This record gives sequence, structure tokens and C-alpha cells, in this order.
Amino acid sequence: MPRDDRRNDIGPSPIVAQGLNHWFGTGEARKQAIHDVTVEIDKGSLTILMGPSGSGKTTVLTLMGCLRDVQEGSVTLLGSELNGAPEVLQVLLRRRLGFIFQAHNLHGSLTAAQNVQMGLEVHGRADPGRQRAAAVHALSILGLDDRVDYLPANLSGGQKQRVAIARAMVSNPDIVFADEPTAALDKVSGTNVVRILKELGRQRGTTTVMVTHDNRILEMADRIITLEEGRIVDDKRQTA
Amino acid sequence: MTRSIASLLDALLGRMPIGWLQLSHSRGRLLAALAGVTFANILVFVQLGILGALNQSTISSYDMFDGDIMISSSDANTLTDGSNVARTRMFEALGVPGVKDATPLFIANLEWQREDGNASTLQTIAIDPEKTEFAAPEVTARLTDLRLQNRVFVDRRTRGLPADALENVSPSEPYVFELNGTTVWAVGTLDVGGGFAADGSLYASDQTFLTLFPNRSSSAPNHILLSVEDGIDPEVVVERLRDVLPADSVKVDRKAAMASADLTYQTTERPTGVIFGFGVIIGIIVGVVIVYQVLSTDVADHMSEYATFKAIGYPQKFFLGIVIEEAVILAVLGFIPGLLVSVGLYALMSNVTGLPMSMDVLRGASVLVGTILACSISGALATRKLAAADPADLF
Repeated sequence: MPRDDRRNDIGPSPIVAQGLNHWFGTGEARKQAIHDVTVEIDKGSLTILMGPSGSGKTTVLTLMGCLRDVQEGSVTLLGSELNGAPEVLQVLLRRRLGFIFQAHNLHGSLTAAQNVQMGLEVHGRADPGRQRAAAVHALSILGLDDRVDYLPANLSGGQKQRVAIARAMVSNPDIVFADEPTAALDKVSGTNVVRILKELGRQRGTTTVMVTHDNRILEMADRIITLEEGRIVDDKRQTA
Repeated sequence: MTRSIASLLDALLGRMPIGWLQLSHSRGRLLAALAGVTFANILVFVQLGILGALNQSTISSYDMFDGDIMISSSDANTLTDGSNVARTRMFEALGVPGVKDATPLFIANLEWQREDGNASTLQTIAIDPEKTEFAAPEVTARLTDLRLQNRVFVDRRTRGLPADALENVSPSEPYVFELNGTTVWAVGTLDVGGGFAADGSLYASDQTFLTLFPNRSSSAPNHILLSVEDGIDPEVVVERLRDVLPADSVKVDRKAAMASADLTYQTTERPTGVIFGFGVIIGIIVGVVIVYQVLSTDVADHMSEYATFKAIGYPQKFFLGIVIEEAVILAVLGFIPGLLVSVGLYALMSNVTGLPMSMDVLRGASVLVGTILACSISGALATRKLAAADPADLF
């Protein structure tokens, strides 16, 4: 994967959330999902967000990841305030991020390599041949070198998830946001994925924020933040 | 084939041709969408064809005679619907400087009851056979064949007439038949075809016309045709004539302007023209609705995938580009069979009705451009939901 010097201008905390509140619904159905969340994520760390279903983990992840408009409070992402940020700034910030979702959301009519290439083409199309080579390389790192030209319909759930991971990683993002990335993977594959993410953090300073219920990977995290009913109830740093 | 198109689009667009890949991935849906666009194209082409036939048949009546200027009754909107013009206007006109010559023009429809039991309506056009400069180019050289009483030229493409009925007709081998109780000799043929008001045409001398229509008078033709002396602007002569002739009973204009006004009247004020005009609009609306349905369903089906692209930093114009790409592909691929089927339908309808229906490049190009525009607008509308949503709401 190509190296990138953009992260040299990033401060020690690529994500800072302060006094974050968020509501869903309108009128009488309006319900507060996030309550006064304040958190600072360290550069190059692997942070896991845990908590029961409905605790607000994914909402916090999407607010930090510029996938949802901030209603109240502040999120500073890669040095830019997201509250009230114009669409054009959001688009530019998203290009510096990688996303891995539980539902892999691969494009069904694109091959594995083409799906991964989409993670590169968003930055422009300098050399399609080189971009394909980078996509194939990213897939081979994840053990999919014999599946590069397969359509998603012909891949297993785990293989699809690995393609989604390759798509998120191929552009060498500053931050990776992952929502249950190992849910569809067996223990070995899941552990490998997290190991790769952690290795990227160590080598390139890539920060990873991950929502997971997977107890098998907790020991690999640098930090585990637990949410309940939209509030942070525990914030534990650990040495992996 | 699919890969070749993908490579071509890749080079043209400078990005992965996601629109084409999406469309070609779901063959069944692609075929259904193309059928819809094709259907809309056929609908528009057929309506345009009928409207074109109306226009063509209107104009072709004016091609049956010549002249620089026409004098018509002030209440005439078409060649046949106005009052007759007093022949004295012709003599008045001949006294206006710049007018070279003039002749009365008689027009009326006549029922031709044939021996086989079928009947056809013939639009009968008559001028003085000595005034060859006022004859249609098709008959100028043989106009003198009409000098003898009850000699006519008959339209060989008259609706309902067997194709070979008028084969080998000539002055030496006339086709003899009866019209309105009068025996006539067809000494030549015309190649006009049917229109909305008549099944075919008949060309005759003014004297033969008066025999066929005994209630008409030589002193009251339908119109008066004028020619202008060489080197004089007909528009100047028109103005002079307007100064001389009473505007409350006759109107004067160049022949081309009269034909153009007739065409406008036929298409904008007569029910047939208005109905066919509405048909074209309805065809376009049906096409837009079909393509909008196809594209909005396509966008909805790929919403989570688009949301992922949005999440990784693709801007709204990227999605608009994909949908426009799909729209243009559907427009072009749907247009081709639509055009081919329509050409076949034109031939079929022309055979059955005798109407002059034919495809021309301008009409084809207009419908193609219109289809692309309609499809693109539909595509742009279909991406509105995607534009308004947060990526997180779309998964």
C-alpha cells in the first residue's frame, strides 16, 4: 500500500469529542441516544467501543467518522470541527478515513479488485494499472489473491468482509472506523484482521476505532471504552 | 461485448463505468428498462409520424401548383375552407406593377365511386392548362395533355386503389372512368398519396373542373395565383396588392407564407393537430416516468453501496455521474430498437392508410437528443434522496 505523508500534520489526537449529545426522531418520539460523551483518541491506537445493543456505540462511531451530522457538542476530526462543517469539507475528510462495516456493502456488480480500487479512485485516477496492482496487493495481504476477479456473489461472507477491509485499507487512511468487522469471520481470520489493523497503527500511525462484541479480540486493543445507554461508563487503557 | 463496452466507457469517462457494470449485471432488469425506453420512443415516433403526415399532406397540396403570390379569401385558413374569391380580383391584381401573370386556382373534393364498389375522395386541383408556369413541376411538361375536355391526371397512390390499376396510363392509353356522372379520361398519373382530408389527388383543367363541379362558377375560384416579374421582390408586390385589394374580403401573401400559416393552423388550432401534438407530449411524459421508475428503483437497490461510496469520500456529483451514465446508456440502447420498430411501423401505417409517413434524420436525431435529456433529468431526480441523506442513514 502506498505511503502517505499527510499524517505528519496531524496532532497527537486525531479525534476529540467533547460534550457530544445526539437525538433520534422528532416530536414526542424524539429520544436522546448519546449523552455528554467526551473522549480523545490517541494517534496510532486501537480503540474498541463496547457495550450492549442500543448503547450508542455505532452512533458515536458514525459521529466521529463524519457519517452523521453532529447535533450538539463538538467533534474535532483530523484537526477540523465537524459540527456545522460544510459538505465539501466532510467529503475531503472522509477521503482520509477508512470504513469497515458489519454489512460489507460491496458493490455487487464490481469484482473484488474493482471494489478495492474504488477506495483508490476516490483520490483521483492517476494510473488505472497501478491502482489495480495496489488493489490486488491489498487483497493478497488478506489472503484473497486467488479471488481478485470474483464478484461478491461468488465470495463467502468472510471473503467479502476481507475485501471490504482491503477497500478501507488500500488508500492508507489516517483513521480506520470499523463496525463489527470480525462478526462474519472465524476466530483465526478475525484475529488476523485485528492484527493487521494493529500493525498498521504501529508502522504507519493509523488510528483504529472499532465497535465490537467480539471478546476474542479485546486483548489486542490499546483501549476499551464501554458505553451504556449513550454514556461512557468505563474507559480502560491496556498494554496489549 | 459487455467487457468491450466497459473498456470503451472506462476510457471515455476516465473512471470505472459503474453505471454500465450495474446495468449489465442485472440482465433481466436491463432488458425490462430497455423495453420501457423503446416503448416510449415508439410512442413518440408514432405520434410524430402522424403529425408529420398531417404536415406533409398539408404542404403537398401546395406543391400541386406554383406561383409567387396567392390571393385567398380573408376567411380562409386552409386551401379548402374559405369562401371563394371573385375573379375580378385577378384582373385588379394584373394591373398592379410587378405582377407578371395570374390564373385562377380551383380546389374541391370529389367522391370517386369505383366499379369495384369502393370509393375514394379525390382532392381535385385545377388551373388553366395554358398557364404552365403555375403548374406543379411534376406536371408542367405534360399540362397541355389536359387541354381536351374531361382529361385528368389521377393519383396512382390513391388510398384503396389497387397498385397496378393505373399502370401504363398515357394519353394514348387513357384510363377511362366516371366521376360525378361524367366520363373522364386519365391521361397521366400523379405521385402524391392520401392525406387527412382526401384519399388521393386529381389534376384537371379549369374547364374540366367546372364540368365535374357544375355548381361552381368560373368567376369564383378558390384562390388566385400570381407570378412576379423577374428582378422584383415578391414582398414588395404583396404590399402593393394589399394596398389595392380590400382586406375585408381577400388576403394576399407569398405562397410559402400561406403554406406556413396553413400548417400552423392545422397543427395548433385544428383538433387533429392538437390531439397529435398532445400525443407527442404524452409519449414524452410516459418515457420520463418509465425511465424515472427504472433509475429510482436502481438507486434504491444500490443505496447501501452508494452510501458506502459516500462514506469513503465520493461527492454527490459522482453518484449523479453514475445515474446519468445509466440514463444515457438506456436512452441510446433503447433508442436503436425504438427507431427500427418505428421505421417498420411507418411503412406499415403508410401502406394501410396511404399517409405519407417516413423517418427523416432530423426527427430521429431530435428524438434521440430528447430521450437522452429526458433520461438524464429522470436520473438527476432519482438521486435526490441520496443527496439529502447522511451516509449513516443509508446503510
